[in-house]
Amino acid sequence: MTTTLDASQNGAYPAKTTAAVSESHGEHGDHRVLGLMTFLASESLMFFGIFTAYLIYRSTAEVWPPEGTEVELFLPAINTIILVSSSFVIHMGDLAIKKGEVQKMRLWYAATIVMGLVFLGGQIYEYTELGYGLSTNVFSSCFYVMTGFHGLHVFVGVLMMMGVLWRSRRPGHYSATKHTGVEMTEIYWHFVDIIWIILFVLLYILTLF
Amino acid sequence: MQSPSPQPQEQGGHHHPEQWSWYHYFLYNTDHKVIGIQYLVTAFVFYLIAGVMALLMRTELYTADPDFLAPEVYNMLLTNHGTLMIFFWIVPAAIGGFGNYLVPLMIGAKDMAFPNLNAIAFWLNPIAAIFLFASLFFGGAQAGWTSYPPLSLITNNAGQSLWILAIALIGTSSILGALNFLVTIYKLKTPNMQWDELPLFCWAMVATSLLALFSTPVLAIGLIMLLFDINFGTGFFRPEMGGDVVVYQHLFWFYSHPAVYLMILPIFGIMSEVISTHARKPIFGYKAIAYSSLAICVVGLFVWVHHMFTSGTPAWMRMFFTISTLIVAVPTGVKIFSWVATLWGGKIRLTSPLLFAVGLLAMFVFGGLSGVTLGAAPFDIHVHDTYYVVAHFHYVLFGGSVFGLYAAIYHWFPKITGRMYNETLGRVHFVLTFIGTNLTFLPMHNLGLQGMPRRIAMYDPQFEFINKICTYGSMILGISILPFFFNMIWSWSQGTPAGRNPWRSLTLEWQTTSPPAIENFDEEPIVWAGPYDYGVDTQTFEADDPTVEEILAEVGQEMK
Amino acid sequence: MANEKETVPGTLITLTIGIVVTAVSVWYGKNNGLLPAQVSLQAPLVDDLFNVMVTIGTALFLVVEGAILYAVIKFRHRPGDESDSFPVKGNFSLEIFWTAIPAFLVIGLGIYSVQVYNQMGGFDTAGQMAHNHTHHHAVQVASLPSDGNTMPLLASADPNAYGIGATPEEGMRMADLEVDVVGMQYAWIFTYPETGIVTGELHVPVNQDIKINIEAKDVLHAFWLPEFRIKQDAIPGKTTQLRFVATQTGTYPIVCAELCGAYHGGMRSQIIVHSPEDYADWVASNTVAQVPAAESVAIAPMMTDSDRILAHTAAQPITPTMLDQIPTPTAL
Ligand code: HEA
Ligand code: HEA
Ligand code: CUA
Ligand SMILES: [Cu+2]
Repeated sequence: MTTTLDASQNGAYPAKTTAAVSESHGEHGDHRVLGLMTFLASESLMFFGIFTAYLIYRSTAEVWPPEGTEVELFLPAINTIILVSSSFVIHMGDLAIKKGEVQKMRLWYAATIVMGLVFLGGQIYEYTELGYGLSTNVFSSCFYVMTGFHGLHVFVGVLMMMGVLWRSRRPGHYSATKHTGVEMTEIYWHFVDIIWIILFVLLYILTLF
Repeated sequence: MQSPSPQPQEQGGHHHPEQWSWYHYFLYNTDHKVIGIQYLVTAFVFYLIAGVMALLMRTELYTADPDFLAPEVYNMLLTNHGTLMIFFWIVPAAIGGFGNYLVPLMIGAKDMAFPNLNAIAFWLNPIAAIFLFASLFFGGAQAGWTSYPPLSLITNNAGQSLWILAIALIGTSSILGALNFLVTIYKLKTPNMQWDELPLFCWAMVATSLLALFSTPVLAIGLIMLLFDINFGTGFFRPEMGGDVVVYQHLFWFYSHPAVYLMILPIFGIMSEVISTHARKPIFGYKAIAYSSLAICVVGLFVWVHHMFTSGTPAWMRMFFTISTLIVAVPTGVKIFSWVATLWGGKIRLTSPLLFAVGLLAMFVFGGLSGVTLGAAPFDIHVHDTYYVVAHFHYVLFGGSVFGLYAAIYHWFPKITGRMYNETLGRVHFVLTFIGTNLTFLPMHNLGLQGMPRRIAMYDPQFEFINKICTYGSMILGISILPFFFNMIWSWSQGTPAGRNPWRSLTLEWQTTSPPAIENFDEEPIVWAGPYDYGVDTQTFEADDPTVEEILAEVGQEMK
Repeated sequence: MANEKETVPGTLITLTIGIVVTAVSVWYGKNNGLLPAQVSLQAPLVDDLFNVMVTIGTALFLVVEGAILYAVIKFRHRPGDESDSFPVKGNFSLEIFWTAIPAFLVIGLGIYSVQVYNQMGGFDTAGQMAHNHTHHHAVQVASLPSDGNTMPLLASADPNAYGIGATPEEGMRMADLEVDVVGMQYAWIFTYPETGIVTGELHVPVNQDIKINIEAKDVLHAFWLPEFRIKQDAIPGKTTQLRFVATQTGTYPIVCAELCGAYHGGMRSQIIVHSPEDYADWVASNTVAQVPAAESVAIAPMMTDSDRILAHTAAQPITPTMLDQIPTPTAL
């Protein structure tokens, strides 16, 4: 007898479908959440890269930010408050759907969308007010690319929430037990929020010192 | 078969044909095996193109004068040779190709966790390739595969920008792939397989994926910054605007050093499978091999500055990264020694896969040792950016990764195609490749030590003789492709049918038909032995001789 | 598995192999002849390090490759034998052994490298000593006094300098001669601040302490003296340095080692190490001619460099117009 054993040629073992096999089919909820988290872990390194670069530029510059490219603080602070509170608002939506209250969830999500859009509007307004551009110096380059890149993420988050709203039109699409899409959107939104807090510290708070 | 196996169609509600037809391989398809083959074949095409570029470069270097190619063209070729080989051949073939083909089979799953994401990740490859080849029409990127600014900012902006887009796309592909592998292995491993029964290839894929996940985004942001500098006037890498060219190098190598482990870790996984199977002996030190992959992956994240020893690098960094670089030799050594110990006392079949695996072992050790010399900063200062480095990385990349891929292709050819390849042609291929590789790349060490820098089309005539040898070697390498090519094409259509398990291997992929059914297993695969338990069951059978039925029933009990 | 009878000759064989491998490795480490002439004080240090690594490498190479070759031949499959091998799955002490030995070797190499680097003068660039990152190794590094008054005495007090500076013996002494070099596509321009000489080749006196301040005008270049075993990138926006003592007169190549454009391969020059008298002559004959026309002379080496590329590529499909298309250094 050698070690060659071929299971499938053998009848002794009853072919049965275990949970794993049926689960391996299609994209299941828990996989998707795990997948998203993994993706966000990866994404955060993208921000990590540019944040580190920013800190290097800052540490080697004599004046930071260079003269003529100072940042405004008031408006961004308000914007920050809006974005941070939106994380709580979206979480209310998550709590609602866990109780099966689709309508409430829709309301909370709509509110988050509005807050996200206000944030983006504020950001654009800030851009127009600053008086320097992408190519003024390395600080302004960092400023626009970092906030712009983050803004892009906010925008994607808004789109995702709109997707949730759109899908939740159909009764029963989301329920207390089935709401992976809602949950993923929330996770993503928190991620965008956390990145903003770091960004705010780097670009605004740190420039005060 | 007593109990009818459940039809795949019934389970998932998918409506697949019984077997794929040839045209399915050219379309969007979510079957991990189709995707694996798509990866392998496209990557191989890129390999041939990049290989032809290398042959053109070697022809240019036959003489000291730039008499065959214009220097710009030479730089374009070397940039795209490196780019294609790394980003379009090794990474997609090893990770995308074999990773996709094998991981679900090895863990007894039907497919990857995210089949659609998987297909998207693959199709980013041809799109990226279109960008890369489009860049060639604009003269191509010419700043080396490292694309250091400021050179990359001022030479051929159109070509360079397209190059960046190509790399960004392929990087996205590799992030999506990595994510998919992690979730797949973590979630879809058949529950009757313990973690310490996971084939070592899958362990290697875990380490590889972690590395890809954490390092690729940093390259992506570096390239985006470069793209903005070129096209939108930002100043990240423009000193006159307060930027810093060395920052790019950090961002680049933070990815690209781990990238070299991306290119070798899956190969290490392949090595464990091939060596154990063809030596008919359990892998020596399963745990040590599995964990050393993770160790390499962790240490590998902290050695990147060894590519920048002569750059704007303060002394403490030079020393810190000297030591961290040297440390990588330890876990790698553990693997090497374990494989040698696996061979030792085996009953080694000198099949083509084993020959390539042993060839790899021989050359990788050499390349690794030259890598260790490079890791010592005081010496690297002398040889950095010379042919010594070129020699080092071709030993580990060609002698390592490419040999490993050849071993894998031969090893799993029967599984993938259902037919055996021709052993004689395989051996001829091995001998030619082995000779060619050493003839091409061994003398390059000498060139570098004596003073020939890399990336030059015109060089000091004193180096002409050695360069001629290298060029002859590369011609042998060019020829060595032919038996391989012929073997593959002929055997795929005419080879003798291989059956399920021609190597009598124990990993799960060999339990299914060759080629595997569309959803891999007709029935739940049984993990009735560890992946490398060669010779183990022979003993028990001799002792009390249970029937196959009994063993399998036992396995079934344990599962409950 | 070896039985009792085989064990004794087994150890003998191992011993013999060990001695042979050691002997061959040590011999090859000493006699590999792979490196070019040694012309600086750093060169022997680097070469010794290299030779030690070659010795270790050769030993490891012989042992590993020997084991592979032996295994593949000795344990090859015999026709007709379809059984599997004896299932050895591991051996804890053996695994510890082959983890510990390399660990020991690389730590040793690491310490040795730091020591060589220190002797080469690697630590004498500012910024590093401030953080005492070198505390763990035996060799003490020349430490920077924090007292600002002594700063001007330091040859390399520039906090932004990277590269190789004064060796511990040279300590705080100023270099005997400082030369500024600018790398540009595709030439090195040397300026002697004391005499105002501007040239395309580096002339230095033998056995003197020379310091090169390296700058880049356009893109990255790398200033490499193969016979001196030293190299340093020229980085736009940063000043880097190399400090060395030439130990032999003669003419040696200067090579640009960092890809800097199409004609990177043509960016070569020479370092001429003079005897003190010759050097004095050279300075004398150049000072007169150079000073008034420093501006125009700065261009001249570039021209000769292009000429050199042209000469090098004579009768090749490279036309002067192509050379004109080389991006000008001011392209940035
Ligand atoms: C598959 C790819 C691959 C792999 C696996 C490696 C492996 C290693 N590499 Fe390599 N490397 C490259 C691909 C790779 N490299 C590429 C592409 C470049 C050039 C990039 C460019 O500039 O274009 C490069 C460049 C490069 C440099 C920069 C050189 C320069 O530009 O100046 C350095 C320096 O430290 C280095 C070191 C190492 C080390 C220490 C290892 C180690 O991991 C090797 C470990 C293995 C062994 C040591 C052998 C087996 C071990 C034993 C037998 C145990 C006992 C050993 C000892 C005690 C020493 N590599
Ligand atoms: C996996 C990676 C990989 C592989 C496999 C190779 C393979 C080869 N490389 Fe590569 N090389 C790199 C990665 C790789 N290289 C990288 C990263 C660089 C650095 C780039 C940079 O500096 O930026 C480099 C640079 C590089 C240089 C240095 C250029 C310079 O610095 O100036 C040279 C010079 O000889 C070279 C040569 C070769 C040769 C001869 C092969 C041979 O092994 C190739 C053998 C050829 C074939 C196998 C093709 C055969 C095909 C045919 C004969 C056609 C048949 C056609 C049909 C059937 C349709 N390479
Ligand atoms: Cu200057 Cu290469
Ligand atoms: Cu590296």
